[in-house]
Amino acid sequence: MKDFATLFSRIDETTKTSVKTAALAEYFRTAPDTDRMWTIALFTGRRPKRSITATRLRAWAAEVAALPDWLFEESYGVVGDLAETIALVLPDPQDTSDASLTHWITYIRDLSMLDDHARKAGILRAWNSLPATERFLFTKLLTGGFRIGVSAKLIVRALAQATGQPEPELTHKLMGNWTPDTTTWDRLIVADDPGADLSRPYPFYLAYQLDGFDDLGDPADWTAERKWDGIRGQLIIRGGAHHLWSRGEELMTDRFPELAQLRDYLPDGTVIDGEILAFADERPLPFNALQKRIGRKSVPKKLLTEAPAILMAYDLLEHGGADIRDQPLALRRAHLETLTTQAPATAPIRLSSVLPFATWDDLSAARDQSRDLNAEGLMLKRRDSPYLAGRKRGDWWKWKIDPLTVDAVMIYAQAGHGRRANLFTDYTFAVRDGDDLVPFTKAYSGLTDAEFREVTAWVRKNTLQKFGPVRQVPPVHVFEIAFEGIQPSPRHKSGLALRFPRMLRWRRDKPVAEANTLGDLRAMLDNYG
Amino acid sequence: MTDILTFTDRGIYCPAGGFYIDPWRPVDRALITHAHSDHARPGMGAYLATTGTAPVMRHRLGDIRLDTIRFGEPRQIGGARVSFHPAGHVPGSAQIRVEVAGQVWVASGDYKTVPDGLSEPFEPIRCHAFITECTFGLPVFKWTPQDVLARQINDWWAANAAAGRTSILGAYALGKAQRVLAAVDPAIGPILTHGAIENTNEVLRAQGITLPDTIRVTRDTVPKDQPGALVLATPSALGTTWAQRFGPASTAFASGWMALRGVRRRRAADRGFIVSDHADWDGLNDAIRATGATRVFTTHGYTNSFQRWLTDQGYDAHVVSTDYQGETLDLVAEDAA
Repeated sequence: MKDFATLFSRIDETTKTSVKTAALAEYFRTAPDTDRMWTIALFTGRRPKRSITATRLRAWAAEVAALPDWLFEESYGVVGDLAETIALVLPDPQDTSDASLTHWITYIRDLSMLDDHARKAGILRAWNSLPATERFLFTKLLTGGFRIGVSAKLIVRALAQATGQPEPELTHKLMGNWTPDTTTWDRLIVADDPGADLSRPYPFYLAYQLDGFDDLGDPADWTAERKWDGIRGQLIIRGGAHHLWSRGEELMTDRFPELAQLRDYLPDGTVIDGEILAFADERPLPFNALQKRIGRKSVPKKLLTEAPAILMAYDLLEHGGADIRDQPLALRRAHLETLTTQAPATAPIRLSSVLPFATWDDLSAARDQSRDLNAEGLMLKRRDSPYLAGRKRGDWWKWKIDPLTVDAVMIYAQAGHGRRANLFTDYTFAVRDGDDLVPFTKAYSGLTDAEFREVTAWVRKNTLQKFGPVRQVPPVHVFEIAFEGIQPSPRHKSGLALRFPRMLRWRRDKPVAEANTLGDLRAMLDNYG
Repeated sequence: MTDILTFTDRGIYCPAGGFYIDPWRPVDRALITHAHSDHARPGMGAYLATTGTAPVMRHRLGDIRLDTIRFGEPRQIGGARVSFHPAGHVPGSAQIRVEVAGQVWVASGDYKTVPDGLSEPFEPIRCHAFITECTFGLPVFKWTPQDVLARQINDWWAANAAAGRTSILGAYALGKAQRVLAAVDPAIGPILTHGAIENTNEVLRAQGITLPDTIRVTRDTVPKDQPGALVLATPSALGTTWAQRFGPASTAFASGWMALRGVRRRRAADRGFIVSDHADWDGLNDAIRATGATRVFTTHGYTNSFQRWLTDQGYDAHVVSTDYQGETLDLVAEDAA
């Protein structure tokens, strides 16, 4: 664990990506196989299962530190991270340990087999033998996500430095559902065959938001499609089986059982990139309909009829078992067209149609229809572009429609977590309803650090009431809230819920009397809900 | 028994002596614990402070009516007997002991219990009532020992110097900056200082405090002539064009708040060194215990939770609302806190 802690400190002690990458690369060159495999796994979201509840950990830590529970909770509120709070309040360790990262991960997994009493003894023993940083990391492994400022992208870059392999190839190798238990460094990283695992997806190609037409050149070099408002998905048909992956590398195969029949219509060795949509009468249903199916492992019959899913196909990555990502889009698309037209009309797949246009102005008109078609805007793709890995500039652009906005009044504030601990960053907003203010959404992002600091100072001085971590403040500040969609919600007092709400601007120029009303929101619900 | 010190909207007041301690609004007579700007404010009719605090106060407040007192020297003011005792916060900083008719109260201003190699070490004073700060009054705050801290800063500086980078360290102009100066190894390279820090250095050197040699950064400073330098900057100068002139650099910030990873990352400096001139959790608890006081007033910091904790420990504890800031997270507001 010492080497891993040193690696963590080196990464944590710098803001420079080059220094972080170098530290990781050195670790990948020198660490034992299982340790480096676990390091890759941890930083790409493959954490060992959680075996102890956070409630237990808090209680045990407070007990060892001889603190009342309320004081531990207050401390947690200030620190913003449970593992860090625990590592900070515990007394210094009396013991030492030279065990490896792999040892501690095995140790944690073995704990889940024990009864509560033995688990507690095991955790206390670990806490008492690890110095501060290692103790923090050990506890971090026990609690929730292992997010400590290292992205999967950084891991790939460091692996490329350490092994001399190209980044896109490594990105591909790291995709899919491997764990350090199912594979080894040699098989996953060293071996030359990214296609060894039949279920392994290709890295998704992601687009940047369009910032102007000046650099695009001739419109004739481009194709345009709708930007569909569903879940990005990659359908893999290989070895007689199918797999459906989300962009977040989650397997969604069982969540959309209706797509299984595509095995009958599409040949083996086919990989399609597209959007999962709830779809009826040849048009997408509002995102709201699809949302009911997200997060459900099994799907009741009723939902299958209410919100039937299809794959809106827009790219072909593998054809006849061959990786065709480096071929031009026009060619990939031609193959895709052939495949999709072979499927019967009842099959849950559609080809995302190409929009005809001669000038950028034509496109602008097409974009204006997006909301009516339950689409998010347009996608522009260069006809001769290869299918790249990750977010890249140049060949693919998304041109989203402008968000909906309302001016709302801040009524509650709450401190953030992690990097935002000690800053009031999470606000509740209300709209006017006669003389009342009706809360309708929370928002956490969109202000600059300086603005967050300014609001924080104001909240500290102007708190009316405290409800646990939440501060009620006088309704004086108006913010412009942007959001992507609006839908009815019986669970909320306002009767509606927003999609992706965030703060667009602090409207210092607007008095509360000029904020929007609940009536305004209801009108939006009628138009766009 | 009546309280010999009371808490008013101008500051801590002693009716028997007719004076205030660290008032934040103009009063006739002010006793000052130390020279930081949230404790020593302009506009008082007359000031009383220790001989160690007076020079910086004069430097900062200009032409004021200031009388000085030595540590431990008793003085009768009206019906109150007062004396000043080391608080260990910054050079010259004091706790103020007030005795009226056998009742002893201590207003401690800001304090820390561990020696920093520069300030007169904190001295526990027996009293009936103790007025305490609690800037870092939560059990997550435990300071790095001074020798470990010195090693951390020196290692960072030496590694940067070897890699051809300038080391820029943000520290408050009074206290923190000199504490860093006292801890670092001047053999590693030249030490450059921001004007606000160097001004304070000059005042402190003039009153006999030994600091390593430093070079004031001026408009004419050529960074290239000072390879491997350590630059001491005020926190608000970090990230500005003032700091950018030094070329490739590693930045660091010295503060008690650096104990929290979230704050460290938000600060966007490369390194955060955990250094504070305030007491940590154990320091606060040890200091209060050593006074033997049964009544405790918490003035600034995590006042509510600390008061509740003290009540749990059997003290008659109260929260007092003041204008003191302690060590603030907001770098723009206060360089001197």
